[in-house]
Amino acid sequence: MIQLDAVSKAFNQGQPNECRALRDIDLRLERGGITVFKGPSGSGKTTLLTLVGCLARPTAGRITLDGRLLSNLPERFLTEVRRHTFGFVFQQFNLIRGLTVLENVMLPAYPLGRPYRELLNAARDLLDRFGLGAKAASKVEWLSGGEAQRTALARALINDPAVVIADEPTANLDSALSREVLALLGELTVQGRTVFISSHDPLVFEAAQVNRVIELHDGQIVGDRRC
Amino acid sequence: MPAFLERQKYLLDYTLAALLRRKTRNFGLLLVYTLLVFLFASALLLGQGLRREAAVLLQDVPEVIVQRLTAGRHDLLPVAWLDSLQRIRGVGAVQGRLWGYYYDPAVKANYTLMVAPERGLAADEILIGAALARVRQLGVGDYLGLRAANGQPLPLKITGVLESASELLSADLMLLSEAGFRALFNLPPDQYTDAVLTVRNPREARTVAEKITLALPNSRPILRAEILRTYDAVFNWREGMAFVWLGALLLAFAILAWDKAAGLSAEEKREIGILKAIGWETGDILRMKLWEGTLLSLTAFLAGYALAWWQVFHGGARLFAPVLKGWAVLYPDFRLTPTVDPRQILVLLAVTVLPYILATLIPGWRAAIADPDAVMRG
Repeated sequence: MIQLDAVSKAFNQGQPNECRALRDIDLRLERGGITVFKGPSGSGKTTLLTLVGCLARPTAGRITLDGRLLSNLPERFLTEVRRHTFGFVFQQFNLIRGLTVLENVMLPAYPLGRPYRELLNAARDLLDRFGLGAKAASKVEWLSGGEAQRTALARALINDPAVVIADEPTANLDSALSREVLALLGELTVQGRTVFISSHDPLVFEAAQVNRVIELHDGQIVGDRRC
Repeated sequence: MPAFLERQKYLLDYTLAALLRRKTRNFGLLLVYTLLVFLFASALLLGQGLRREAAVLLQDVPEVIVQRLTAGRHDLLPVAWLDSLQRIRGVGAVQGRLWGYYYDPAVKANYTLMVAPERGLAADEILIGAALARVRQLGVGDYLGLRAANGQPLPLKITGVLESASELLSADLMLLSEAGFRALFNLPPDQYTDAVLTVRNPREARTVAEKITLALPNSRPILRAEILRTYDAVFNWREGMAFVWLGALLLAFAILAWDKAAGLSAEEKREIGILKAIGWETGDILRMKLWEGTLLSLTAFLAGYALAWWQVFHGGARLFAPVLKGWAVLYPDFRLTPTVDPRQILVLLAVTVLPYILATLIPGWRAAIADPDAVMRG
């Protein structure tokens, strides 16, 4: 489904502080299941997820999605792919302060111009599913860590993406909440979605729901284990 | 509702929420912005209103005024000139005029004195302008004592106050009889201040003026069109003075607007990154910024313009009156006819709204074209 061929990513290219985050990555990621990218901080796992999720372009190499070349798409088309294919859950949650839980969840759908009633119902359904129905009108800054993470997950799903990308989703949660989030991500795979997680938390890459663990070190793949 | 309109509704909704989230900053900006539009619009509306008022009143000015020049200066005109003028082909009626100025040390003001034969005033009767009446606290039936050229006091009875609709030109005006005028200034009976004449074919006014110059070489014919142009120039100049002052204000505002609108805060940059990461295009961010700039600047524009309109046409234009009405001691007090000029509104929009919208768009665009992966890195 997603194919990476000789993909490299460098930051500050041509400058004294140039940093090569990924080197010649060849990888094939199939549809379905949970794939975890593990590795220490600076190993390149987040960079790899940004490339897979069309948040950035590789410096070299090719990325294809279902046979369609993504790495040379103009920004507008890349956004189109990102919007319809991927949903993101960020490490810092990245919810917009001052807006309510409901507004935050609806936000990714605004540029699509979906009818308001339809969008509102979809957002409410998601919040109910994640046990946040009562918090819909609350400002996001009043939420606990677990609630914020579940709100971010609901937001990631509002455009019904085929792939959910979660960057260190348990980094700011205790063990109980981490298990709760993993269970929710596991539920998504049951619905036929694909989940990519970057994490260096053993609780994540040793979880029963995980189907594949890819290990990175210094921008290169050093391990690929199917569970 | 079509998806396009629904999308605009969502963007507008988000923009309003974003503006309200930074309400202290945006409300402060809105206040300063409104004040600036108010000042600019006040100066423009007042200047234009005065020009229009003057043009309406000056329609009654005679077609040609003839003055006598001595050593390049305006001199008294001998009565014999009236006959000479009458004989020029194309000239209709000719009338000698008597007018002058009188300095009143009591109020440190100059009055404009004019003989008005059509009013049928007796030698000791006068009509005075409303501003003069106000400042000297005089009314009909009162006496105004002037000092004649021979040093003797000359009491004049006020028989009327000139209507306030014409106060722009008659604020300090005093109308009197020919006998009274000559007595006051000790003027010989065979001399006039100048002469006014009508022209049979108004389109021939310039040709008639040339004939007058040929027949009376030391004369200066002044056409009505020239007077209107002069008044226009005077108001333009005064308006220009006001704009120089406002220019400094505009500059201060430009710096403030640039600082507030152009400098995106770290929080705003982060928000733009999040929006891009969750599926907004650069175009969506720009549309959102466009809404933001338009909402704020248009609100300020409408509020500022409405306040200025009210101030100029219903509040007596107190703000700019000293600059635009003139430096007279006796200020006219009158109501300008309320008007709305679409061209003027467009100019104001171009000067105040467009720059602000640009100032909000450019930094938004700069932040929006960056790859959204920065969000992933916190």
